[in-house]
Amino acid sequence: MPANRFNGHTDYGIGLGLRVPHYAHILEKKPVVDWFEIISENFMVDGGRPLEVLDQILEQYQVVQHGVSMYFGSADKPDRAHLKKLKTLVRRTKTPWLSDHLCWGSVDGTFTHDLLPMPYTFAAAKRTAEKIRQVRDYLEVPICVENVSSYAEFHASEMTEWEFLGEVVERADCGILLDVNNIYVSSKNHDFNPYDYLNHVPHDRVGQIHVAGHTKFEKYILDTHDHPVLDPVWKLYAHATKRCGVTATLLEWDDRIPSFDEVHDEALKANAYIGGARAAKKRAAVTAS
Amino acid sequence: MPRPASRPAGLKPPPKHAPQRLHTTADLRTLQRLMTHVLVRPLTDDDRLQPKWIDGRPMAQVAAEFIKPNDRLTSFERLELYNRMYWFRIIDSVYEDNPGLRALLGERRFARLVRAYLAKYPSRSFTMRNLCARLGQFIREEPRWAAPRTAAALALARFEWARTVAFDGEARPVMTPNDIADAPPARLRLGLQPYLSLLAVDYPVDDYTLAVKERDALRGEASHAVEHGPRRATRHKIPPFRRRPIHVAVHRYRNRLFYKRLEAPAFRMLEAIQAGRTLVQAVAAAGRGVTAEQVRDWFATWMELGWFCARPARPKNPRK
Repeated sequence: MPANRFNGHTDYGIGLGLRVPHYAHILEKKPVVDWFEIISENFMVDGGRPLEVLDQILEQYQVVQHGVSMYFGSADKPDRAHLKKLKTLVRRTKTPWLSDHLCWGSVDGTFTHDLLPMPYTFAAAKRTAEKIRQVRDYLEVPICVENVSSYAEFHASEMTEWEFLGEVVERADCGILLDVNNIYVSSKNHDFNPYDYLNHVPHDRVGQIHVAGHTKFEKYILDTHDHPVLDPVWKLYAHATKRCGVTATLLEWDDRIPSFDEVHDEALKANAYIGGARAAKKRAAVTAS
Repeated sequence: MPRPASRPAGLKPPPKHAPQRLHTTADLRTLQRLMTHVLVRPLTDDDRLQPKWIDGRPMAQVAAEFIKPNDRLTSFERLELYNRMYWFRIIDSVYEDNPGLRALLGERRFARLVRAYLAKYPSRSFTMRNLCARLGQFIREEPRWAAPRTAAALALARFEWARTVAFDGEARPVMTPNDIADAPPARLRLGLQPYLSLLAVDYPVDDYTLAVKERDALRGEASHAVEHGPRRATRHKIPPFRRRPIHVAVHRYRNRLFYKRLEAPAFRMLEAIQAGRTLVQAVAAAGRGVTAEQVRDWFATWMELGWFCARPARPKNPRK
């Protein structure tokens, strides 16, 4: 779904995560990039260099906010002070949509700074959806929730991860940031077919897609974001775009970050995998006319 | 090696057992509290999940209560992945923010200090930027982790936290000479920028930190140099960190970090301004022997640096 109510009816193309090692290059060379995704928390500060850089980026580029600490799945209530800071940033960036993860990471006000997997239960889905609604109503911006990669599962789970994702987004009436690398990583760690996952998510709710690299170990895979995207992930991406349409896509590269051009070239590889989806879009346009 | 405190500040006690079913938000909270206690539990000396739980039961038994195993990893091993990632992530963050303290204590002692600190004070903020907010307090409370360099370590911890504050702390609208031209000095109370920290410390923390930065930069250059030939840059030594009391302001100017040494009377005057004294009282706090010309010069410099702002409004008393 190139433009839908979950991504603010935008039709963004292929974007990059804005990272510190690339600031100088971007500000000096002003490369042509469809859009940048920022980590909200890096700019939820009261002043200084981060906001100066952000303002310069906003003058030139479309920016979308992506968060890592909302913890929709935490049992704790949303923190008002945190939301207030986030809303200040939302007003500054005018982000057409905002994403964060379908996970938890804090309890009793103590933060792990991790994206921890949910127990896939109906009670947890209900609670999570309530929080997403509260946050969206406060921020007044569409929200997409991202599936995380995980390395553990709970005995208490009552459904599959994709059923849980569907349950949450239907209850919250929110969008999905579909991370195909995370689906791949979790499929290997938990022995499921990643195409089952992709086929069962509500495609009309996908507002954005993430791709990234990962690292294989002997007994598990880690979502490290420090490599180019691997072929099986690109294949999943191609399948996802056939199902969901050509959707705003973002490459995440967060560690051992190479030059800006190398990261950008890697992101633009996505163009090679969305031919099927583009052809379907053209056919639909011809039929409609 | 001394053991760190066992009860992390702010976390409620863990449940005795994981809930078998999750019907309510309270059940969810119980499960999340248990798992959080596992994650923040200090690693063993060889960076593994501790084999015993808080109540003495085998950790493997506790893990199996709520985490599924698979055909490659036990429940214990799956939890261990998260336990290790938690510690490595937050330790990395503290390392990055404290290059001076790390250089002073050396890698091993610094690692012990950081682990003990984070075991006692896990993060209470959504951002890792605030991880070191209580490091100075911890060194005062548990000086043994930095002994025998406790005083020097405390000075560096305070200085390096002040750098974090100066980097992205709040800036209020700057007061200009015109703003205060008509205000009588006997009634004029100014504010100092929230990003500005005034430190009276017993060690030249600014010089030391700059020397560490220079050494690290040279090491970086050396590691990028051709493989052959002598690596003279790596021989660069940091000067000894000897006791020498200083007064220093950690601030930013045009969004770049700066450290400014202050004479003791100037420091006292700024402290008085920060404490809400009037300008006349602040000048008096500077002490005898300070000339009007000196005060004018200091004031002009501080104005130019944008250090003055309006004092924040006092919070309203709801009972009034």
